[in-house]
Amino acid sequence: MDGSADIMAQDSGVWAFGPDKPLRLDSGAKLDNLEIAWRSFGTLNADRSNAVLICHALTLDQHVAGIHPVSGKEGWWTRLVGPGRPLDPADWFILCSNVIGGCNGSSGPGSVDPATGQPYGLTFPVITIGDMVRAQAMLVEAFGIKKLAAVVGGSMGGMQVLQWAADYPQRLEAAVCVASAARHSAQNIAFHEVGRQAVMADPDWRGGAYASAGVRPEKGLAVARMAAHITYLSEAALQRKFGRELQNDGLSFGFDADFQVESYLRHQGGSFVNRFDANSYLYITRAMDYFDLAAPHGGVLAQAFRGARDVKFCVLSFTSDWLYPTLESRHIVRALNAAGAQASFLEIESDKGHDAFLLDEPVMDGALRGFLDSVRSRW
Amino acid sequence: VREDFREILRLVRPGARVIDVGCGEGELLELLVREKQAQGRGLELEAAGVSACLARGLAVVQGDADRDLDAFPSRAFDYAILSQTLQATHNPRHVLSELLRIADRAIVSFPNFGHWRVRWSLLSRGRMPETRALPEPWWSTPNIHLCSLADFNALTADLDLRAEHCAALVRGQAARTIDPTRGIENWRAENALFLLSRRTPAIDPEPTDTPRDLFEA
Repeated sequence: MDGSADIMAQDSGVWAFGPDKPLRLDSGAKLDNLEIAWRSFGTLNADRSNAVLICHALTLDQHVAGIHPVSGKEGWWTRLVGPGRPLDPADWFILCSNVIGGCNGSSGPGSVDPATGQPYGLTFPVITIGDMVRAQAMLVEAFGIKKLAAVVGGSMGGMQVLQWAADYPQRLEAAVCVASAARHSAQNIAFHEVGRQAVMADPDWRGGAYASAGVRPEKGLAVARMAAHITYLSEAALQRKFGRELQNDGLSFGFDADFQVESYLRHQGGSFVNRFDANSYLYITRAMDYFDLAAPHGGVLAQAFRGARDVKFCVLSFTSDWLYPTLESRHIVRALNAAGAQASFLEIESDKGHDAFLLDEPVMDGALRGFLDSVRSRW
Repeated sequence: VREDFREILRLVRPGARVIDVGCGEGELLELLVREKQAQGRGLELEAAGVSACLARGLAVVQGDADRDLDAFPSRAFDYAILSQTLQATHNPRHVLSELLRIADRAIVSFPNFGHWRVRWSLLSRGRMPETRALPEPWWSTPNIHLCSLADFNALTADLDLRAEHCAALVRGQAARTIDPTRGIENWRAENALFLLSRRTPAIDPEPTDTPRDLFEA
């Protein structure tokens, strides 16, 4: 471990699996030369019982804490991970990896296909949340961790947490699922389709082969991000932040960004294209749309959790989250109860919408601290 | 330890599966886990209470007794505890029957509106009683469905429930076992605590080896 000047022990790398260890995909295809980019904080204890895996959301990455090597910004969940935080590297070994299909170092559509020497583009196989989790399980095994003390994630990360509980319950002590759902709703799929169509309508997308053409479908991806960003906020949060405030004095009687909310969304779209790959956006949104944890179990969600009776679950939702509303979390909790698992659930009062799970929500911090401390007390 | 907690601890079989409905910060659940090796679950309305329970390592679901007991499968518990809350629910009859759907036994306590202090307060002042068991004025009390011991007896008979045990509770005093059908107890018991079970056995759900989703059930 690189114990650097930082007060946290941390490390990072890319785990390359050999040709003897292909990743079997739900589609029936397999992925050779699997690579998983990861980052860790803290140190594994002697019996490797203090490991927590953090699963990231759609457009995030393995840089959950510390400084992002490209943007120079702080990690995306420093509320949760860091000295004095609920997941303190002094106690926990915190591991986070970039999902497969992503664009921050793990195998994805932007990786080079060893068969052709060219970037995969759309020849990259379509992946699922189950595939992401299968890859994470390989990484966890490579670290010599037999049982994770916890798997934690919000939004798409929460989907991975539920998938872990369904597929590897014996390799988990506890699971934390924040602002998430056990399946994508018609509305969720609809918004993703808008985003994908925006990307594919950009002439620079080139059927996904933009990399070899030396261009990027930035306009399409920016529009996709703008539409998605609205779904991460709430009406109240938008109103509080922008209302009908104008950028300049008076209306322009044209189509420039008159309103501050327009300017904000344009900025969000514009900065997103610098850090995210358009094809990765297609693949990961597709994986989320395909997610329906109950489907392989005859549509009975409780059946998916029947092996997870000994796993302690903490499910959290936010009142103003209309992307993954509380009802979806209650649906998960019911199924966990029906399966006889140990489920805790809390709906947190917030007007910040879906994004609340990444923001200043002291009630969430307190609940997670309590839950994770109780997990830690069992080492 | 509160007297009602002591009485509940006495009634619960060691190692039982218990749900505390309205578990607050989990004091009773923790006692049951520690002293009775119970497998404890909780239901609590307030976020602060749920957070406190999480910190104690308890499995607690946020929700209220009126609406959210349906999140639990039938006969999931040996005991369902509802302490001093029945009178604050919107539909006490439904809550009581739900308690005895999810559990084989229910432990229910409530303030007795037939207690002599309550009767005296109404008779002498002609105003809604404010007593040590019911301290709030009528316009701010959470207790919207108060009942007397006799009323509760009638409801349990109506729901075909058996009172296996009944105790009168007064703060700071040891619980006193009573026969709830004796008229004098309806004057004397400030609070009552019942251990209830179904007279007619519930229809067994499918073998629990194959859990069914409640939405599909």
